[in-house]
Amino acid sequence: MKKISTLDDLKKAGDKGLKSLFPGDVKIVVGMATSGIASGAGEVYEALKTEIKKRKLPYILTKTGSMGMDFIEPLIDVIEKDKPRLAYGKMTPDKVPQLIDQIVKGTIDKIRPVYRVDEEDIIAKREKKHYLTGAVPEYLKDIPTMYEVPFYKKQVKIATRNCGIIDPESIEEYIARGGYLSLHKALSAMSAEGIVEDVIKSGLRGRGGGGFPTGVKWQSCRRAEGDIKYVICNGDEGDPGAYMDRSVMEGDPHSVIEGMIIGAYAVGAQEGFIYVRNEYPLAVANLTKAIEDARGCGLLGKNIFGTNFNFDIKISKGAGAFVCGESTALMASLEGKAGEPRAKYIHTVEHGLWDRPSNLNNVETWANVPVIISRGGKWFSEIGVPHSTGTKVFSLVGKISNIGLVEVPMGISLKDIIYDIGGGIPGGNKFKAVQTGGPSGGCIPATMMNLSVDFDALWEAGSMMGSGGMIVMDEKTCMVDLARYFIEFLVSESCGKCTPCREGVRRMNDILHDICAGRGQEGDVEMLESMAKGIVDGSLCALGGSAPNPVLSTIKYFREEYDAHIKQKKCPAGVCRALIKYEINAKKCTGCTVCAKKCPSECISGVKKKVHKIDQKKCIKCGICMESCKFNAITVK
Amino acid sequence: MVNFIIDGKKITAEKGTMVLEAARANGIDIPTLCAHESVSRSGACRLCVVEAKKGKRAKIVTSCLYPVEEGIIIETKNERVMNVRRLVLQLLMARCPESEVIRDLAKQLGVDPQPRFNQDEDKGNCILCRSCVRVCEEVVGVSAIGFSCRGADKAVGPPFNEDSAVCIGCGACAFICPTGHIEMETTEDTRKIWGRTFKMKACSVCSRYFAPEDQLKYISKKTGVPLKELAVCTDCR
Repeated sequence: MKKISTLDDLKKAGDKGLKSLFPGDVKIVVGMATSGIASGAGEVYEALKTEIKKRKLPYILTKTGSMGMDFIEPLIDVIEKDKPRLAYGKMTPDKVPQLIDQIVKGTIDKIRPVYRVDEEDIIAKREKKHYLTGAVPEYLKDIPTMYEVPFYKKQVKIATRNCGIIDPESIEEYIARGGYLSLHKALSAMSAEGIVEDVIKSGLRGRGGGGFPTGVKWQSCRRAEGDIKYVICNGDEGDPGAYMDRSVMEGDPHSVIEGMIIGAYAVGAQEGFIYVRNEYPLAVANLTKAIEDARGCGLLGKNIFGTNFNFDIKISKGAGAFVCGESTALMASLEGKAGEPRAKYIHTVEHGLWDRPSNLNNVETWANVPVIISRGGKWFSEIGVPHSTGTKVFSLVGKISNIGLVEVPMGISLKDIIYDIGGGIPGGNKFKAVQTGGPSGGCIPATMMNLSVDFDALWEAGSMMGSGGMIVMDEKTCMVDLARYFIEFLVSESCGKCTPCREGVRRMNDILHDICAGRGQEGDVEMLESMAKGIVDGSLCALGGSAPNPVLSTIKYFREEYDAHIKQKKCPAGVCRALIKYEINAKKCTGCTVCAKKCPSECISGVKKKVHKIDQKKCIKCGICMESCKFNAITVK
Repeated sequence: MVNFIIDGKKITAEKGTMVLEAARANGIDIPTLCAHESVSRSGACRLCVVEAKKGKRAKIVTSCLYPVEEGIIIETKNERVMNVRRLVLQLLMARCPESEVIRDLAKQLGVDPQPRFNQDEDKGNCILCRSCVRVCEEVVGVSAIGFSCRGADKAVGPPFNEDSAVCIGCGACAFICPTGHIEMETTEDTRKIWGRTFKMKACSVCSRYFAPEDQLKYISKKTGVPLKELAVCTDCR
């Protein structure tokens, strides 16, 4: 790999990248993030490869990371010279020949693109690059542009600026979109102190959940005494339903690496570590390749950009313990010890990894850094709201139409995310609540939909920003069962070091199980509240300290559901098996026999064309009958 | 020197002193189960929590690990503190219902068992205070025992619960254990601990069995003192 030690070298590498991003020939790009692969993108890629070869076409076929619209994956992009980039969703190997026909003929009559992109907004360089030259071709006029599609309209992409666009394995494509320019700027035109100040000015707060001001952390680490310092990237994302960091590591690994090099220069570190869970094999592979490439170009190693600054990065693979996302547990794990946290009365910026000053930031935080350096802290601080600047990446999951990866400016309302971007609740069901911050966060009810999504507003509402998982729930979600689910997750993820978390959370779990099983007692809610207080106050680390949040927030906003379970022994959402009963509505039942055939416990009886009956004693309350009934004749109470 | 207040009392202590030591030196009692003078602090049991007020912020901290600070106001027995201690003791009573030490401590602090908690039957008297693991690593220096699993399944023992090849049978772990969970059985010429049986050495002067042979060999190797000299018990030396 050619060494990059001057701005000119960087430009040359970038030009190469531009040629592959804006090719002269037809290029087909397949979204091959983990979510894409799970939806069958691998098969689509292979089918494209075969078809292109069969027809002897000069097309280029490449891969990219998460394109965001996970609800219509596999996604592909088609780029033709002088024409808009076209995105196609729900691709299958069967559709491939048709698609190739379309490209050859210059039509879109069989498979319609989801959106088109006329020009690429290169945020890190503050410039636009055009795919389209001249007017939009007649046959594409009806296709909305990306930012006309409701899913993208309110999004602003900073941390995920390259995800779904570049080939994550190509350093040139990263450079073409402004990559490593910020590093050059930082090393050639800024002092370490100046960088720290700019990051403070940007107002960037830690995206891993804590929300601590990044620049202030850097300053403390910079001022800490010691010759040897470390920077660490926390890629131990572990919240159920969260995959923001995975998407960035898979789709744009260089943005994290560049952020870390700049951070290392600012705090005075020579060595960096990326701690990533081994359950993210693609992230590990792409990061490994990116580090090798950066090292090959001289962007990692000795005398970066011809300066006397030396820095390198190692990857450390975690075994998947949720607690290792906690900074001190992560550092213990990096040291080869069991992943257990320690008291943070002495900060890790002073005594961290191997007792040296260590600056740890999360993946998304690092990915923001290059853009802050290129566009300036002031520019960044003007996005979002005061005290919560910039954007936040969320993985929007659960009972929502548009499941996907979204990046929105801070301060956007929950309603905008759920209805405009997320497309609302599927199946005509009612929106009930949204869980932010994963198991450490809380539930925000539908009545608070206008809430501003920022660190402080979420905290005041009894939840937290967390790392960015956003789980949407509809009326068929039982809030007690949900609290039980999160608490159970934390019981199995507690490291077991301190008493309140190890013992307290599992006793809360016992009580929640009792409530869901109809064994709840009068006073249980008060008991849970009092225990929660002791656990929050008494736990050693943030895992225990935030563990009761799902319980506290569901009690706060959905107390009546707890009461229904405990006093009336009823589950209003029809979820908790011990408290529900499936019944057949005689007026609606047509006697089609489908439910009786599907019932795994053979508890439904009846003659064809006559009303059927459920034997309550044999019913295991699996709900299959209700799902299978086409006449809505089965109800749950 | 640092000036601060504990329970309304003006106190001065050297920089670096932990709140626990500063309190105890001034006759203020704070209960603990995992802070032992022979080993480093782990902050695991959470009984020694106190409230530390700095300006407007009041937070719960573990006094065994929290160094004193100028002007800080510490409260060791207010309701918020007692709420944590009460919970910790009730949780430990449910974990180790047979433990007299826990029961006595709870009685002393006026804490009753919580009937809503199911009592464990499989944890013995172990409260996972980590004293045994720390003494084996930091004082003895063999690290024969450690933790397995996590959460409520966390348990102390030799690796894979097999006979430890490095255990010297010294019994320091049993000695430091605050609840008497670790079983050590010494008869005339043998000692049983962690599933292994150690041969005891008889004093070459008085013939009394006084220490495991493996322990004497380990001391000899570490200190360079010939094994022969170590064959005499401390009384006869």
